[in-house]
Amino acid sequence: MSDPAAFLDGNSLAGPLSEILSVEPTTAWWRCPNCRRSGTLAQLHLYGPEPGMTARCPGCAYVALRLVKEEDHIWLTLGSGSGAFRFRTA
Amino acid sequence: MTSFSPGFRGRPRALTERLPPGQYPTESFPVLSAGPTPRVPTENWSFTVTTELGETRSWTWDQMMALPQQDTVTDIHCVTRWSKFDTRWRGVSLDAFFEGLETTAAHVVADSYGGYTTNLPLADLLGGRAWIAHTYDGYALSPEHGGPARLLVPHLYFWKSAKWVRGLRFAHEDDPGFWESAGYHNYGDPWREQRHWGD
Repeated sequence: MSDPAAFLDGNSLAGPLSEILSVEPTTAWWRCPNCRRSGTLAQLHLYGPEPGMTARCPGCAYVALRLVKEEDHIWLTLGSGSGAFRFRTA
Repeated sequence: MTSFSPGFRGRPRALTERLPPGQYPTESFPVLSAGPTPRVPTENWSFTVTTELGETRSWTWDQMMALPQQDTVTDIHCVTRWSKFDTRWRGVSLDAFFEGLETTAAHVVADSYGGYTTNLPLADLLGGRAWIAHTYDGYALSPEHGGPARLLVPHLYFWKSAKWVRGLRFAHEDDPGFWESAGYHNYGDPWREQRHWGD
């Protein structure tokens, strides 16, 4: 359903997420609320990095998280809805 | 300084005057993606406008192509800082889709195949400033660039020109879309450099 050349694997989230998480993020377990598939953050399909990173379920493309980097902030939205967290990074 | 031939439209604007702050010009047409590229055959395509009262109007591909077609040459500006001059589009003005619709709504959410959304003021979609575009540079719009049809609102940053558009929803409330809810500016005027919230 998706073109493997169009996305990276979720390991590419390690850098920006390590700026706001004090634990190793890529091994975090996640379960898709849409198709019920589960796996690690590293297995998500990652689109971007611009204008932001969008990590999606490898099974059904449901949005797992969005991450937008600004100069002094990182915005993190979990799931497909709205309600972002804005973290100050500088 | 490079400038266009005056042609029939009087004194040209120098390219540097057409470049919003913080942007650089590009000859290429970069593809930015937030998910898998939807492949929507035109025979399955439809476009629906839904008013705040739930009234709907829908067009099939053939019905859309039967509406008055307009050719537009315009500059486009991506929030990732590239701008592209004199892009050539063909499509249908949103004024044609909205003709005769009764609404008191001030806000619109554009919905796309694949789940993308973006929010815009209704006023920005009126007056010949916004289109459903199906042709780019003389060719059918490719899926990578939003084909078979995308929203084209060139006076705002290009994330507002939703690829693979399938509908517009009018609303009294302003609901932020996919990128607007994740840190990007709610309006996105390139001339005021409205990239992120707070800009």
